[in-house]
Amino acid sequence: MRYGLLVEGAPYSSQASHSALRFAMALIARGHRVESVFFYHDGVYNASRLAAPPQDEPHLHDAWCSLHAEHATRLQVCIAAALRRGLLDSREADRHGKSGHSVEPPFELTGLGQLVDLGHSVDRLVTFAP
Amino acid sequence: MPTCPPVTGDVLVILRHAPHGSSWLREGLDAALVAAAFGQSVTLLFQGDGVLALAKGQQGGPLGQKGTAATLDMLAMYDIESVHFDPEALERFGLAQQDLQLPATAVDAGSLPPMIAGHRLVLTF
Repeated sequence: MRYGLLVEGAPYSSQASHSALRFAMALIARGHRVESVFFYHDGVYNASRLAAPPQDEPHLHDAWCSLHAEHATRLQVCIAAALRRGLLDSREADRHGKSGHSVEPPFELTGLGQLVDLGHSVDRLVTFAP
Repeated sequence: MPTCPPVTGDVLVILRHAPHGSSWLREGLDAALVAAAFGQSVTLLFQGDGVLALAKGQQGGPLGQKGTAATLDMLAMYDIESVHFDPEALERFGLAQQDLQLPATAVDAGSLPPMIAGHRLVLTF
């Protein structure tokens, strides 16, 4: 089956992101396809390239990037939720006159319409909320 | 308590958080409005603390949050007219149907499974 995941929990604040990642790996191990992970609400913090957790803890940002690299899973981030929380890609940083950016590919800033599209294009959309 | 006939549509948005104190409700409503703007038929279900969002006369909170009353007024413009609430939660907060800001229908626990099954996409906030 083709799956989409909706992640609404901040990394390291709740189990939501960890569970979503493990669920994605379990799906793939069973031969399913994870088309896209959509990050919304505090889930957008997963996209921060500046995350530097202690070395003996799972690095969620890097794990999402590996998921993309190995399985071509798209990593979509709601742009409105991200900007509000101080997460910008280089284009948005320029636009808002900020001196740095925290989001870069494979994460892509996108609109909520993409979440609706995703929900209708996959067989299952599973939400991970705190 | 009245039962609700089966409610079907493209997208069901379930709102379980109070209008102030977090951005859950606002971001849930944003998702509903975007889905409607994309031509989807959207059903809203206010559950638990979420029913507080329906209470009349809400203003911006002391934290400077805009609140969601204005967004609720916009629902009709987006053709979102299928608005439902959990009657037990309403009662728990001492609210009655005439205290609500907009017309909404009670959905009892038994009508929930067909409502959820009747939507291709369910988003929970």
